[in-house]
Amino acid sequence: MKNFIITFLILMVVWVLLNNTFQPDILLVGAVIAVFLSLFMCKRCELFQDMNFTPKGIFYTIWFLGVFMVELIKSNLDVTKRVLNPALPIKPGIVEVKTKLKSKFARMLLANSITLTPGTLTVDVVDDSFFIHWIDVKDEDIKSASKEIVEKFEKYLEVIYG
Amino acid sequence: MVNTILEVAVAIILLSIGLTMIRFVKGKTSVDRVIAFDMMSIASLALIAILSYVTQREIYLDVAIVYGLLGFLAVIIIAKYLEKSL
Amino acid sequence: MEILELIGAITTLTGSLILLVASIGLLRMPDVYNRLQVGTKATTLGTILSLLGIILIMPGWWGKLVLLIFFVMMTSPVSSHVLARASYFIKIPFTDKTVVDKLKVSAKARKVEYEKK
Repeated sequence: MKNFIITFLILMVVWVLLNNTFQPDILLVGAVIAVFLSLFMCKRCELFQDMNFTPKGIFYTIWFLGVFMVELIKSNLDVTKRVLNPALPIKPGIVEVKTKLKSKFARMLLANSITLTPGTLTVDVVDDSFFIHWIDVKDEDIKSASKEIVEKFEKYLEVIYG
Repeated sequence: MVNTILEVAVAIILLSIGLTMIRFVKGKTSVDRVIAFDMMSIASLALIAILSYVTQREIYLDVAIVYGLLGFLAVIIIAKYLEKSL
Repeated sequence: MEILELIGAITTLTGSLILLVASIGLLRMPDVYNRLQVGTKATTLGTILSLLGIILIMPGWWGKLVLLIFFVMMTSPVSSHVLARASYFIKIPFTDKTVVDKLKVSAKARKVEYEKK
């Protein structure tokens, strides 16, 4: 049920953004199509099952987006510095990190955020360990690498997805 | 004023697409070429958005949305094919 | 109004400069994985900034542009992750500067061996 409602809401938001209007007839057509699509697509999907819809969860979602944008800009400055430096200061390698998150959707969000933050790129995910290509390896140990890369996002995602 | 700055921006994006084209031709491995293709499609997404303002036609934004979707699907399918799991 | 348009135009110009840096990085980096790093990050921010600039210039079009921004933010990490995985499993070599490869030594790592034809 929760999945159905969230899928329906996402489809409706996309429809309204595409049309950029609130006329009742257009909204009605969109609602009918969205109900059918979410009925067909969401027979047994459990993507949003673990999401917490408390005020705290919603507040943390917005805060997470803010942190994410700041990290994105920082990572770009980092990349720009490395590219324009004539000596090309890179020291790449693949390290392993562990996460405490249980839900699949939260892990996907974590992997996406890792990919967009300074110098890291998720190569493979097996259960709770992520294999990450790091452009400037500071530490090969699992614990300290996890602390360096994962922790800043994990504390928000833990609250949002329980 | 605004239009002049936007035209400069269009020129810079075209230059960057040209530089990406060098990597696309040189390649070395197939994945290099796919990366270059992906970057070109994202850069042309920005290009289409700017051009839709310069020519004052909102309909071009729909073109940009569909173009981005198709580029994403193409990259995913090529990667799946390279991994031999398709 | 005039000021807002000017700020938007400058934002768009910044975005296009970041795209230029991305393509220079694509030419300079030594191997596939580092090229992916540059390709994902710099192109994402460059495109987001360009689209934000158009939103500031033309506030009436914000719906589709916000949709495009979210689309780029969700898809570009996914496509670069898929490409990195594919290039690791078809054994594209690393550059000589690489210091560690945990995917080879770790016990949990997936060992994928495709049969040769």
